[in-house]
Amino acid sequence: MSGKTLSDRELALKAFHLRRKMLETIFAAGAGHTGGGLSCLDILNVLYNRILNVSPDNFSSPSRDRYVQSKGHAVEALYVVLADRGFFPESELETVCRYQSHFVGHPTRHVPGIEMNTGALGHGLSISVGMALAGKMDGAKYRVFTLLGDGELAEGSNWEAALAAAHYQLDTLTAIIDHNTLQITGCTREVMNNEPLDEKWRAFGWGVKIVNGHDYAALTAALSRPAEAGKPTCVIANTVKGRGVSFMENVARWHHGVPSEAELRQALAELDAAEARFREEKA
Amino acid sequence: MSAPAPPLFSPAAKAVADRLGLKTGRANLDEFAATLEELARVNPDIVVVTSDSRGSGKLAPFGKALPKQIVEVGVAEQNLVGIAAGLAACGKKSFGVSPSCFLTARALEQIKNDVCYSNVPAVLVGISAGVSYGALGSTHHSLHDLAVLRAIHNISIIAPADNWETREAIRFAATASKPVFVRFGKAAMFHLHRPETKFEVGKAIQLREGNDVAFVATGETVIHALLAAGKLAEQGLNCRVLSMHTIKPLDTEAILRAGRECRAVVTVEEHSVHGGLGEACAAILLQAGVNVPFKIAGIPDEETVPGSQADIFRHYGLSMEGLSETAAGLLK
Repeated sequence: MSGKTLSDRELALKAFHLRRKMLETIFAAGAGHTGGGLSCLDILNVLYNRILNVSPDNFSSPSRDRYVQSKGHAVEALYVVLADRGFFPESELETVCRYQSHFVGHPTRHVPGIEMNTGALGHGLSISVGMALAGKMDGAKYRVFTLLGDGELAEGSNWEAALAAAHYQLDTLTAIIDHNTLQITGCTREVMNNEPLDEKWRAFGWGVKIVNGHDYAALTAALSRPAEAGKPTCVIANTVKGRGVSFMENVARWHHGVPSEAELRQALAELDAAEARFREEKA
Repeated sequence: MSAPAPPLFSPAAKAVADRLGLKTGRANLDEFAATLEELARVNPDIVVVTSDSRGSGKLAPFGKALPKQIVEVGVAEQNLVGIAAGLAACGKKSFGVSPSCFLTARALEQIKNDVCYSNVPAVLVGISAGVSYGALGSTHHSLHDLAVLRAIHNISIIAPADNWETREAIRFAATASKPVFVRFGKAAMFHLHRPETKFEVGKAIQLREGNDVAFVATGETVIHALLAAGKLAEQGLNCRVLSMHTIKPLDTEAILRAGRECRAVVTVEEHSVHGGLGEACAAILLQAGVNVPFKIAGIPDEETVPGSQADIFRHYGLSMEGLSETAAGLLK
């Protein structure tokens, strides 16, 4: 259980801040995976502020939960969430992608709070299987989470890991799919169709939950406990690529898109307005 | 009817081995399995990961004795390495064991990113390396593993020559805090070292003194180089023989001394002539301004001749006879 448990309202308000921060970071860096960061930000918000037994204080403890971001390219989303949790000063975000900064364009262990160096797709699930196995061997209680992209599922190595996770009944393992249905070239269904996802994961021996990836209550329920006893859990989170910014939502070109100054201003203004409306409606 | 496969050591080679007082041991593979089981019995954090390879890895006894310390992944080398990395990240001393031909090709990205770049203390063991699989053909040969791993930062590479070097390499790997790759074959090896020898990663072991030709050899070619040196002694040539068990980090001092003090240098490896020990030595010597008659003995860049390991060694001049001819030729 994480140190602080925020209400749905608090999480939602935090999300506006995280989105703004992520866009500013990408703009300053001149690089970043904008769309896929915005689609998984709510998942990360829930993980780090409700689910994971992970904090700056316990990060070297063997009994902490583990989170491996298999879709490593959405690193800016992870950076802002980790900064917000206090793993490092927020000012470090200004150094993303700068010469000699450890804050490179994909996660590395040089950054406090990051478990493994990911970015080459299809690796995180096997690593997570290994982590979960280590926990089982030690009779430990820690849970292991990994976030995958849906385009990432074309990598065959994922399915090797999926077989093994079910074979070893790793019910401490949860794989979250950021199901935003888009990748660089376009709709995943048109590039390399992998639907239906839920049937595939069930056939591989996993318990499956399907949720709205922007609904905090639903995400919390799905991530709080395994779907089925004796099975690893796959949470298929239906998300919107570019979520939160009108001109980015569901637009493939924002996979790796840096906003112009004007676009950034518009995006921030939209988020400010959305936050203001939220405060009013939910007051 | 075809003739039976010739032995790795010809009768003449065996005679030289006899003369040198060399005794036969077992396969490095057997030594590896025995050593690892010994270590794992007292260290419950040692975990072996196999890809349907416990049989070929001689780890079936390990699996029976220590079932909680072995993870089977089936024929899935990428998963094997990823799991080994995840285990190592969570306090386990993982040993990912698989034929080197698959481990360092199929799973190279996992080795590069999950183990080396992520800097977790996993050990990767490439069994049946080089042309150990002989007539099974090139899909099962590993002539590239030293080359590709040399170019990846943050991994030690060890090719032990005999049972003792294998034992020492595994013992080193079992307590290393950084990634280690070890590769060896499955033919019985001769014992090469005196009991008082010290094993130090990164330090070549001089098996024979001499200033005529220096053989800088690695892994299971060292014995053939040593026998070649023994044969050349009959012609009045004194050859130096170095067992360069550690390919990375390389013992540059020993290589430079060989280049400066000897009349010629022959490097020997059960590996492509590209990118392995030979080219590494050439780069060291040339960049230090050492100009010496030099030859890389290894498997050339062509479709490997079909045959047993012994056939292939003989064909490409890696046996005692071939190496002694190569060495003598450099002195003409």
